[in-house]
Amino acid sequence: MDTLKEDKWLYTISSKQKLINLNFKEIWRYRDLIVLFVKRDVVTVYKQTILGPLWYFIQPLFTSIIFTVIFNDLASIPTGLAPAFLFNLAGITSWNYFKECLTKTSSTFTSNQNIFGKVYFPRVIIPIATVLSNLIKFGIQLLVFIIFYLYYFYFQNAQISPNSSLLLFPVLAVTMALLGLGFGMVISSLTTKYRDMTFLVQFGVQLLMYASAVMYPISFFKAKLPSMSWLVEYNPLTTVIEAFRYMTLGVGDYSIEKLMYAFVFGVVIFILGLIVFNRTERSFIDTV
Amino acid sequence: MEVILKIENLSKQYRLGLVGTGTLSDDFKRWWYKIRGKEDPFLKIGDSNDRSLCQDSDYVWALQEINFDVREGEVIGIIGKNGAGKSTLLKILSRVTSPTTGEIKTKGRIASLLEVGTGFHPELTGKENIYLNGAILGMTKAEIKSKESEIVNFSGCTRYIDTPVKRYSSGMRVRLAFAVAAFLEPDILVIDEVLAVGDADFQKKAIGKMQDISKGEGRTVLFVSHNMAAVKSLCTRAIVLEHGKIVFSGNTDEAVSYYLKGDAKTNNVKIFNHNEIETPIFSLRKLIVKNEGRGVEDPISENLNIDLKTFIDIKSDAPERYHVTYHLYNEIGDALFSFSSARGGLELKQGVNSISCTFPKDFFQSGEYYLTFFLIEDRKRAHFIEKDIINFTVIDAERALGVYFGREPGYIRPNFKWELHD
Repeated sequence: MDTLKEDKWLYTISSKQKLINLNFKEIWRYRDLIVLFVKRDVVTVYKQTILGPLWYFIQPLFTSIIFTVIFNDLASIPTGLAPAFLFNLAGITSWNYFKECLTKTSSTFTSNQNIFGKVYFPRVIIPIATVLSNLIKFGIQLLVFIIFYLYYFYFQNAQISPNSSLLLFPVLAVTMALLGLGFGMVISSLTTKYRDMTFLVQFGVQLLMYASAVMYPISFFKAKLPSMSWLVEYNPLTTVIEAFRYMTLGVGDYSIEKLMYAFVFGVVIFILGLIVFNRTERSFIDTV
Repeated sequence: MEVILKIENLSKQYRLGLVGTGTLSDDFKRWWYKIRGKEDPFLKIGDSNDRSLCQDSDYVWALQEINFDVREGEVIGIIGKNGAGKSTLLKILSRVTSPTTGEIKTKGRIASLLEVGTGFHPELTGKENIYLNGAILGMTKAEIKSKESEIVNFSGCTRYIDTPVKRYSSGMRVRLAFAVAAFLEPDILVIDEVLAVGDADFQKKAIGKMQDISKGEGRTVLFVSHNMAAVKSLCTRAIVLEHGKIVFSGNTDEAVSYYLKGDAKTNNVKIFNHNEIETPIFSLRKLIVKNEGRGVEDPISENLNIDLKTFIDIKSDAPERYHVTYHLYNEIGDALFSFSSARGGLELKQGVNSISCTFPKDFFQSGEYYLTFFLIEDRKRAHFIEKDIINFTVIDAERALGVYFGREPGYIRPNFKWELHD
């Protein structure tokens, strides 16, 4: 076959593969599917429930109350100038977004094998939809945070003030999404053949929360356990959560360099995840 | 017409057995070979996919060296027994899994109907699922919107369209799913056994729609089915797969006969050694069942006369006292009817008689039949009985377009006299 004729093929299904296969044109063609998947994820969660979307509010609220009682009232972890409840709510809201992205993405292949086994569409659409639908949930939970924030600000006269670093909040959100997506894609690819990773995710996420400065300030950890503090300090999630608290409450360990570190970390993990994901999507249906 | 799809040296290897530590060590070995720049060691081994044989290798080739071209507007039937690799081929075509070696080049967009109803979410309503399913199959929102009412009408679920799909009966789910799929407009459509769903009424509708797609709209279709009547009527060309290899490619009728010949169940000729079926009165030499005007090797089609030939040597001095009678049984052993040379007024002569009995065309339904042989003495008692002396299989013939493709109930379909009175 001469090369002239070769060019006319629309696409080739082959055993060979590229390292990263992110076809934006194709993903754009399937944009309606992304929207529908997001809608499905958001809408179906509260179908046949009475409280409906209220559940999105209840979960972070109650977790914050419990954390405040246990860690601040009982264990007396200091939260600086910020009210303990708001401190915890800020930590949990941002942690939740990462956690949801991670756990949902990590089951991409195993929970969608029915669809994946029958029809083709760019597989990466599912993680994209996951991140977007979680962004909506994150937005709702952020709303809760803002409501309580205003309450504390006006009625409790708390010593909190947002500052100019809040302008970098989108970078923070993107970093969280990249981290959740990247780790999630790596894990989802590994679980297709060997299910060991599913067990790891279940309690690994729990453990990671304790190492991510969700319920304590990093400064407190450094003072109490200096020998182990590197573990928490280099964790990009710590940076993200501390930065979020600094932006909104004015307490926390924040610098542009640290934020950049977390962002670059996120990009690297995301690219790694994409490579692994691409390798797996081609024939995971044979091994799942 | 130009070639729209080209399949070159396509192979697919599967690993048998459980996924466990064994696969982990194989994975390491594969990776080790790869980083040293060597070829995958497991590609060299592997058996052809014959399930009945016990072979040592953990690796089998579900498809091996598949090569064929599809031209624009062709409707290609892919037939083969279970496990021949049909579904694997369709899965690779629809990009659900990738080939081990080889490649497929295409000039058109491929959409597949491998089992309908994929991606239905039970909590969403019928209408929401139409959009979701359509999008999964590759339609844009605008496309679905323009066809929404047609889809709803075709499915026949109008009343339930705003109810969650989890409340649907399984039949309704399938109808809705097929309706969405039927309004897809890809360049190449891949269809796997969708006709096996729904009641007779819906099947008719579905096949009608498929004919519109393939004949009317001139779409290229790859069609996998075990329904030979459907394959014969819809396809312009067919491919027979066996153990992952193409064993026949060409004309649909020839392909269907080739495929059915592979069925060892039929035995259209039976030759008896002398004294195998013998008494002092007679000896039976040979039995043949075949279509009139066709060879004994060809499968027996329902739409041609069927000949039953009996070669019998009568040794008795009074041959006129004997008659040949047969009882016909279906595959589950129910007696259907009996027929006899006495009824036809046939008188046997001494020596070798070659008798033929002809069933009119369109008399049998497709299915497997068994004959029991009787030699009757003086038209009142059986001199000799041999059960299941020969069996034969009648197959579906091509049918007119738009006609029901399934098998009707019962075993025979006699042509009665019908008249219209004023």
